[in-house]
Amino acid sequence: MSIHDFNPTDKKDTRSGFGDALFQIGKEDENIVALCADLTGSLKMNAFADAFPDRFFQTGVAEANMIGMAAGLTIGGKIPFTGTFANFSTGRVYDQIRQSIAYSGKNVKICASHAGLTLGEDGATHQILEDIGLMRMLPGMTVINPCDYNQTYAATKAIKDMEGPVYLRFGRPKWPVFAPKDKFEIGKAWKINNGNDVTIIATGHMVWYSILAARELEKSGVKADVLNIHTIKPIDEEAIIESVKKTGCVVTAEEHNRFGGLGEAVSQVTTTNHPVPQEFVAVNDRFGESGTPEELLTKYGLDVPDIISAAKKVIDRK
Amino acid sequence: MANLAQLESRASQVRRDIVRMVHAVSSGHPGGSLGCTEFFVALYGSILQHDPQNFTMDGHNEDLFFLSNGHISPVWYSTLARNGYFEVRELATFRKIDSRLQGHPTTAEHLPGVRMASGSLGQGLSVAIGAALAKKLNKDNQLVYSLHGDGELQEGQNWEAAMAAPHLKVDNLIATIDFNNRQIDGDVSDVMALDDLKAKWEAFGWIVLEMDGNNMQQVLDTLNHAKSLTGQEKPIVIIMKTEMGQGVDFMMGSHKWHGVAPNDEQLALALSQLTETEGDY
Repeated sequence: MSIHDFNPTDKKDTRSGFGDALFQIGKEDENIVALCADLTGSLKMNAFADAFPDRFFQTGVAEANMIGMAAGLTIGGKIPFTGTFANFSTGRVYDQIRQSIAYSGKNVKICASHAGLTLGEDGATHQILEDIGLMRMLPGMTVINPCDYNQTYAATKAIKDMEGPVYLRFGRPKWPVFAPKDKFEIGKAWKINNGNDVTIIATGHMVWYSILAARELEKSGVKADVLNIHTIKPIDEEAIIESVKKTGCVVTAEEHNRFGGLGEAVSQVTTTNHPVPQEFVAVNDRFGESGTPEELLTKYGLDVPDIISAAKKVIDRK
Repeated sequence: MANLAQLESRASQVRRDIVRMVHAVSSGHPGGSLGCTEFFVALYGSILQHDPQNFTMDGHNEDLFFLSNGHISPVWYSTLARNGYFEVRELATFRKIDSRLQGHPTTAEHLPGVRMASGSLGQGLSVAIGAALAKKLNKDNQLVYSLHGDGELQEGQNWEAAMAAPHLKVDNLIATIDFNNRQIDGDVSDVMALDDLKAKWEAFGWIVLEMDGNNMQQVLDTLNHAKSLTGQEKPIVIIMKTEMGQGVDFMMGSHKWHGVAPNDEQLALALSQLTETEGDY
């Protein structure tokens, strides 16, 4: 597989990957229950809610109670999927997740849409850029940020079959669909391209931009190893170490604050195993603002040219 | 099913356990624990349908109990041990390193009887609602019980849960409020008043009962009455008047023994007021 294998004509939102998969697993397993805090349409949970009204709990705009109810529903064997925006799934309910889910070891799947800048026009109150960090810090929490519709669909199915709390982060905009449908494995990086000059590690919407950046780099003779880390915790250390041993440098790309996210997770792996220079394509410790997703990614330094210049810079630092 | 005299006798021993546990580590919360002793002893000794020897997290076809105000762990641990969930001698490990009896209850150490961590306040009612809904989905007719502090009701999540339970017709849940009107900084009515608590819960759509939580017969009668009111599409809450520090005269009448352990002399004085009925651990 290489960066030239993709020619996506289809664009879909990752949240629909979640909603479609939730409906599917709901058909397959009676223990699947879902909770939503007044955002059923936005989370694409309508199909599940309509098909399984007894297993769908509308909690109203009361996220703390939703998280607690989800924790309680696991006692008796249910597998709860909670749905609201990423900000209200994490920052608003951090202590509820910490005590009632993570510390209590409950099998709750916290599913969060509208993460990052690509939420767009609603602005900074809703564009959480700190959620990966918040969730990574909780002992025992699995953190997954899929890159497109297919991967979100596959991840939603996969987390049903693992025991333990999960934070599944996805988004609002329609985005190219390019990931393979059946190759998703929790904790296992997806190797997208082979190259010896620089490693580019991306998560979420930034994976597609990283593919575009790698294509441009190749035109100037730079061959990039491109890795998709969808599971930020537990992270695929082996894939990262193997790649940076070959390339000697790494760029990370994520729709998140440069503090706490994928970049730091990768850095922790390299510094303790095989230290290499790293550049962070991430939001530089600030809040977002209103705008279109594309405008915001450009303004906040998360565009394709930003990945290209980060790659060139990190190669120079080798 | 224990009789009244047996329950009274156990309550005295549980109170001894409480003051001895907190004294041994010079920390912990005796006040609320002593105040809720009749409730715990009655619930575990006479009300719950449960299987202490074969504890499972899911508790299928058993009644469940959740302690939301986790700081009164001493009364819960003593009651669990005295009812056979684990050996009474383990009470000696309370709050010590490598213990299953953490300062605040946790599932992380796999202590039989505990199904949810609590300590950070205001989370237990939501969890109890979730567990009650799971029972309904599983067609399990057993009940879910929970206990909450009165000061704890200042946490907003309680009122989210209070709104949700009647809306979702959670009628297999009996919540109890320990209404001792004491919290760390003083009287609840001074710190942040709850005013007409009965009217508040009724306005949210709950069946509200009241009882004297330090009168064993009344606790038994009220809990049994609450059971008879389940299955009517409404959740039930019991407002339980208690005295913080009940049973030890110098710990009663103020908020000061919420989270303070007795010294050696105070322990001796407290134990002189509490009969050893089942043998100290």
